[in-house]
Amino acid sequence: MNEKKRIKIALAGNPNSGKSCIFNALTGSNQRVGNWAGVTVEKKEGYAKFGNYEIEVVDLPGTYSLTAFSMEELVARDFIIKEDPDVVINVIDSTNLERNLYLTTQLIELGVKAVVALNMSDEAKHKGIIIDIRKLGELLGMPVVETVGTRGIGIQDLLREAVAVHESKEPLSRHIHINYGGEVEEEIKKIQAALKKDRDLTEAFSTRWLAVKLLEHDKQVRDDIIAKAGATDVILKQIETSHAHIEKILGDESEIILADARYGFIKGVLHEVYIHRAFDRITISDRIDTILTNRLLGIPILLGLLWVMFQTTFTLGKYPMGMIGGLIGHISAFLSNTMPDGLIKDLVVNGIVSGVGGVIVFLPNIMILFFFISIFEDTGYMARAAFIMDRVMHTLGLHGKSFIPMIMGFGCNTSAIMGTRMLENKTDRLLTILINPLISCSARLPVYILLAGTFFGRNAGNVIFAVYMTGIVLAILVGRLFRKTIFKGEAAPFVMELPPYRLPLLKSVAIHMWEKGSVFLRKVGGIILAASIVVWFLMSFPRTAEYKMEQSYAGQIGKFVAPVLEPLGFGWKGGIALITGIAAKEIVVSTFGVLYNVGENEVDRMEKLQNALRKDMTPLAALSFMLFTLIYIPCMGTLGVMYRELGSAKWALFAVGYSLTLAWLVSFVVYRGGMLLGVR
Amino acid sequence: MKIMKLSDLPVKGTCRVVKVSGEKAIKKRLLEMGFVRGTEIYVKKVAPLADPMELVLKGFHLSLRREEAKDVLVEKI
Repeated sequence: MNEKKRIKIALAGNPNSGKSCIFNALTGSNQRVGNWAGVTVEKKEGYAKFGNYEIEVVDLPGTYSLTAFSMEELVARDFIIKEDPDVVINVIDSTNLERNLYLTTQLIELGVKAVVALNMSDEAKHKGIIIDIRKLGELLGMPVVETVGTRGIGIQDLLREAVAVHESKEPLSRHIHINYGGEVEEEIKKIQAALKKDRDLTEAFSTRWLAVKLLEHDKQVRDDIIAKAGATDVILKQIETSHAHIEKILGDESEIILADARYGFIKGVLHEVYIHRAFDRITISDRIDTILTNRLLGIPILLGLLWVMFQTTFTLGKYPMGMIGGLIGHISAFLSNTMPDGLIKDLVVNGIVSGVGGVIVFLPNIMILFFFISIFEDTGYMARAAFIMDRVMHTLGLHGKSFIPMIMGFGCNTSAIMGTRMLENKTDRLLTILINPLISCSARLPVYILLAGTFFGRNAGNVIFAVYMTGIVLAILVGRLFRKTIFKGEAAPFVMELPPYRLPLLKSVAIHMWEKGSVFLRKVGGIILAASIVVWFLMSFPRTAEYKMEQSYAGQIGKFVAPVLEPLGFGWKGGIALITGIAAKEIVVSTFGVLYNVGENEVDRMEKLQNALRKDMTPLAALSFMLFTLIYIPCMGTLGVMYRELGSAKWALFAVGYSLTLAWLVSFVVYRGGMLLGVR
Repeated sequence: MKIMKLSDLPVKGTCRVVKVSGEKAIKKRLLEMGFVRGTEIYVKKVAPLADPMELVLKGFHLSLRREEAKDVLVEKI
């Protein structure tokens, strides 16, 4: 009797329906974040217990529908169809029933066992919306539970109902059909009849669902049928006839007719279940919005908030950053003193600890940045930022939401690229990730400061500004170019909900920060660790009696690439600095230090380095070098997240290729052009 | 009753959806979001740079570029 039973529950719901809150309330801290196989859509899983049930809870991506329109919808739909969860919990925003129920109609069509969580029921009541939940359950053929995800209300009832539905003990649970009207129903039957000739199909899916999807021109279902069915011709022919027939008789395309009918069904349901409904009051949310998206104030407020975000990230981040840095220094010193001299010690201290340590210090910045981002997202401000900036981003062929990751790039491209997760469309995400490294991150600043300070004296500030602007202009140009060539015709429509403003929940902000932090840490433990070892190896081999960087593999590579860099005005030393800079761009500066042999801690170190550089480079060459540093290969950390987020090595390599080419071209044009104009 | 494009509706104007046309993916998305015949739409505002528009329909707020709003035919009320 006490035998444990395992079932699987999937959470489905619209974006902004409070689905994550329900998920957090169901699973507590018992959750895991990963990726759906093959795509970079976040997958959350967790466990809940009820009676002697061990319940696996899978949080599906937030979707408005299940039409395979976006990556998220495809993932959600595939999970429901192929992984066959025992029960689906459909989370619905009670204050926005009509549109939320559209997804429910899709679940009804799929014929899955489901429970409706009428979430944010407190907010609905506050607004004066009273719903007859028993009636709603009867009409939808699935039990309905009122919940308040943020306060954990109704969660036990939800689990109880889910178990009851699974055990088929819930009387409300039944199959219902949405009636599409005589003409359409007849065509659905005809398609079903054609489908039923194929035994494999009827066993795997509900033929009614397949028929409806085929009527809706669902490409994926159509492809599936073509791949699986034997009598494809008969089916495809029937679909064509049905489309033509419906359009002829009803004067509209079948998609429109079907959507009409679903909303008609919803209207009918709502007519019966609304006991009381308040109309169009001016809410607090509206009042906030008149200020935040104000024609005059909207943009200044957005820029101001971003300024606060960056200031806090870097000023507040400095303290824990210093502490982590200090800790790493101690570890390094401890290891230096205790380990026996030799190769292993060199690898551990100079390779691993300094390499990994150099990146791990950014952990506090990343967590602070994500603190702000999750507050922006949870309050609903992110959608407004996208709304305000969409016009600008649209000229780059991007979505308004891409604005935030682009701005974040000025801080650190690594976290910016991690931030592109909020973009729903894959093409937007790809494009934003690919051009993001052109936004000059803070790690490149030391390089500019050194070179501009050395060569441009009073104009240093202007030169640095010009380098940053070059990055922005290039991002715009490259973005437009890629949009016109590689990502042609894949532009995502900008149909974005502006959810009501809500107070952020500390717990969910904390969970979000922790998730991002742990993703970053895993990256550090993986790719960055590996890269540090490689860079260390290149710089310390082959072993010679007296160490000289130019004799190391890194040095040899630097000399090897020197002829390519020659036309850009800098030689092999620049080459070595750039190669080591791939690990992290700040390293360019410290490599110069080693190459010009200026010693470690001397007071006049900077001056010595500057004098040495002046002998080796002209101001024009220094500018060319700065531009090259701006554009060429993103740093190892950025490449690591690029690989992760782009989901393939192909795109990461493409980023390396295009950035190297572009860097060379820009530096060449600037250096040679400058020479022609007589600048030195 | 005059039929016009949703993109041409002035701020604070109200209309009713007649038909959604345009490219398939966008049309489907708009239909799912409730742009079916008879749905009332209120144009709440436009973004500071004049595009996109903010619409209110079926009790929620939606942002749509003029480019996409062109494909929605409406009748003004």
